[in-house]
Amino acid sequence: MNKNKEQLLNKRYKAEKRFRLYGQSAIFMALLFLTIFIFKIFSTGYSAFQKTWLIVPVTFDAELMMLEQNPSKEDLKDADYYDIALKSMADLDPNANEDQENELKRMVSYFFEREIKRELLNDPSLIGKTKDVYLTASDDLDQVFKGNYPRDLPEDQRRVTDYQLKIFDQLVELGKVESKFNLSFFTYPDSREAELAGIASSFMGSIFSILVCLMIAFPVAVLAAIYLEEFAPKNRFTDFIEVNINNLAAVPSIVFGLLGLGILLAVFQLPRSTPLVGGITLSLMTLPTIIIACRASLKAVPPSIREAALAMGASKMQTTMHHTVPLSMPGTLSGTIIGLAQALGETAPLILIGMVAFVNTIPGSPLDPAASLPVQIYIWAESAERGFVEKVSACIMVLLGFLIIMNLFAQIIRHKFEKKWS
Amino acid sequence: MNLILFIFIVLLGFTSYYFGRKKAYTIQSTNKRLTALPQFYGYYLAIWCAIPAFIIFSLWAIFEPTIVKLLILSDYSNQGYLDDELNLIYEKTKALSRGQFTGEITPFIEASAEKYLSLRSIAQSSKAVIVLSIIIASVAYAYKKISSNSRTREPVEKFLKAVLFTASLAAILTTVGIVFSLIFQTIDFFKVIPLFDFVFGTHWYPAKAFVRDSSEALDPTMYSDTFGAVPIFAGTFFIAFIAMCVAIPIGLMSGIYLAEYASVKVRQYAKPLIEILAGIPTVVYGFFAALTVGPFLKEIGNSMGLDVSAESALAAGGVMGIMIIPFISSLSDDVITSVPQSLRDGSYAMGATKSETIKKVIFPAALPGIVGSILLGVSRAIGETMIVVMASGLAANLTLNPLESTSTITAQIVVILIGDQAFGDPKTQAAFALGMSLFLVTLCLNIVALRVVKKYREKYE
Repeated sequence: MNKNKEQLLNKRYKAEKRFRLYGQSAIFMALLFLTIFIFKIFSTGYSAFQKTWLIVPVTFDAELMMLEQNPSKEDLKDADYYDIALKSMADLDPNANEDQENELKRMVSYFFEREIKRELLNDPSLIGKTKDVYLTASDDLDQVFKGNYPRDLPEDQRRVTDYQLKIFDQLVELGKVESKFNLSFFTYPDSREAELAGIASSFMGSIFSILVCLMIAFPVAVLAAIYLEEFAPKNRFTDFIEVNINNLAAVPSIVFGLLGLGILLAVFQLPRSTPLVGGITLSLMTLPTIIIACRASLKAVPPSIREAALAMGASKMQTTMHHTVPLSMPGTLSGTIIGLAQALGETAPLILIGMVAFVNTIPGSPLDPAASLPVQIYIWAESAERGFVEKVSACIMVLLGFLIIMNLFAQIIRHKFEKKWS
Repeated sequence: MNLILFIFIVLLGFTSYYFGRKKAYTIQSTNKRLTALPQFYGYYLAIWCAIPAFIIFSLWAIFEPTIVKLLILSDYSNQGYLDDELNLIYEKTKALSRGQFTGEITPFIEASAEKYLSLRSIAQSSKAVIVLSIIIASVAYAYKKISSNSRTREPVEKFLKAVLFTASLAAILTTVGIVFSLIFQTIDFFKVIPLFDFVFGTHWYPAKAFVRDSSEALDPTMYSDTFGAVPIFAGTFFIAFIAMCVAIPIGLMSGIYLAEYASVKVRQYAKPLIEILAGIPTVVYGFFAALTVGPFLKEIGNSMGLDVSAESALAAGGVMGIMIIPFISSLSDDVITSVPQSLRDGSYAMGATKSETIKKVIFPAALPGIVGSILLGVSRAIGETMIVVMASGLAANLTLNPLESTSTITAQIVVILIGDQAFGDPKTQAAFALGMSLFLVTLCLNIVALRVVKKYREKYE
């Protein structure tokens, strides 16, 4: 009998331990996913912040550039750089035949002409002389240099030819290949060529969309929250508004994309693919988030504040606008930032309103066609080229960086400025 | 032009505020008692400036294009053009006047474009004149009115309250907007495709419905067996099911552990860390699923001799499950913490261990709230787009094999609507019909879930 009891007790204790273990392993699993995730993104993405350059001697031959004696600045700008660019690439291997010269040309990006031109414009005295110029390596060689490219594939299965690899290895041995910080990733717009693709256009698109979203969603949401929390009578209509808000917060984002497409583009004829339409669509999505946050922080302001103001003879509107609303601002602002962070990461609705179009210019206003950072991730992730994989990860790192900064900012506002009522 | 006018009106508003306040001070200096603080006199005048400006601006925005169009097209009225052709002429005219017209320029259209430009400039200048004169008149009227020291605070506050109320209608407007944007296209779609074929058909090949020539009559037989949504619905629920298989055990157990077992310190760090998972954009999950999880599963499957598609439902569903973990864990954490302590104490007093208390007492008490949180998770899984678009297939297979690729409602909407859309084409309308069904399903789930959670809260608070 006693033994039986002990056995039972042991069994119960074991069950207790097991249950606890389940809980621990669940948390462990969740954190493990997070770690794998971040590790994977960082390990594939960090190399995109480096860019490979080939150092090629270029002879600025005035004759080949079709330049007269003592050219002016304008002449230099209009000069023909293609031939000297081509020649300096071909000179890497004096014995190259025509096909091989073509292969040599493809070892650098198609910006090589522009890079040589910039060099001369910086220092016009170079005419007739030879100088080592940094040229952006093609994305495949970039990947080879970073060790991401399987060299042992048969030649017909890779985009780099054996000949290109041979010349490239020679250059590496001579120390003519260098890896430097990839500034162009931040300053160039999108491009079909991985080595020239940057996030400048999508970054500006994101900024404009978020600004439009903020300018629409914040005022409307705060006013709506003030009405619902402070003035709304308790009746069916108010209930209906509340049900609507709670529902909108849980409607799938793609439905907002259909709204943007069906109403903003089709009925109001707003321009397609622009941050303006994207921002309006996102603002409709963020609206409920901000309203809920603002109402919560209005609710947290103790009634004694309101009563004190009313007792001093302030009207209801004065009490609200002078006391309740300012006191609720820290909570509202941090809720707004969190809502904007959500909007910043949103992709599907922007795809539907056409912000996936290929844009190779940097937008200057919300009315120019643009992509956004998450859409850029999608576009690059769908590209087949190997060079884009690390770009996607790097773009994700930039996006995550922004989200982290925004969330930290929201936390700081909440902890620093929010009054604790006790 | 509009911008200058707008800035001018804003400046006028500020001046009228200034004059209103000044008037109040003058009244005050005659030792009369004011009925409101001086700035209310200013606000009062500023509102009298803003309202007429707003009304006229919106009237103009609504009526100007229609009137201009009518005037332009009146030149073509007796030449027997069809409505569509007239619209085309009008669009050409507009494009030409903006200098964006590429095509053959006929003298007719050129004349219309000139007329269009002159009409626009007449409209603009008349708008400016009308707005300014009405504003000045109304401000002058209001200025005279307050000289008798009338009430100003009440109307100003009433106006503000009206503004607040209008803002709170934004939520309703958005819902109405969603319904409107979906319903017309959906109705048009079901005029061509019978509802029965859509709900019970088992073949979904929207690519078959190529963009047709708009002059040809619509031939419904062309679309038979094209828009059967069963594979899509099945795929959606299947992927959501896989996601919930991952999310429910992990999310629920971490919620329970955080609420009942974890020390303050563990809770302080683990909770926000898990919630990071909810803050990661879905496109990032999609990339992760497509680049890492898909190929990984394929490799494992191949080593076991299974034929795994690189874009399997398992990869998309699994990653989606990871995304939903924090929704379930924080909601169930909240729900469990709000179970009254007295229930726990009672159970411990009877000699129950912690896990027995959780399983037999707390869990049943918290069940409605937990079910609500799971339903919200399901609604998220059904509405999730990017993970499926990037990691699962885009062809709609009717299958229950998690190793094959399937497609979902959201993924099909993206596939159909990416790139250029032709409104009025059954293919585009199909996307809206899918959107409608998605909206209805998630709406039901949300309403039920929110109601369950609310009822539960009321019970213990």
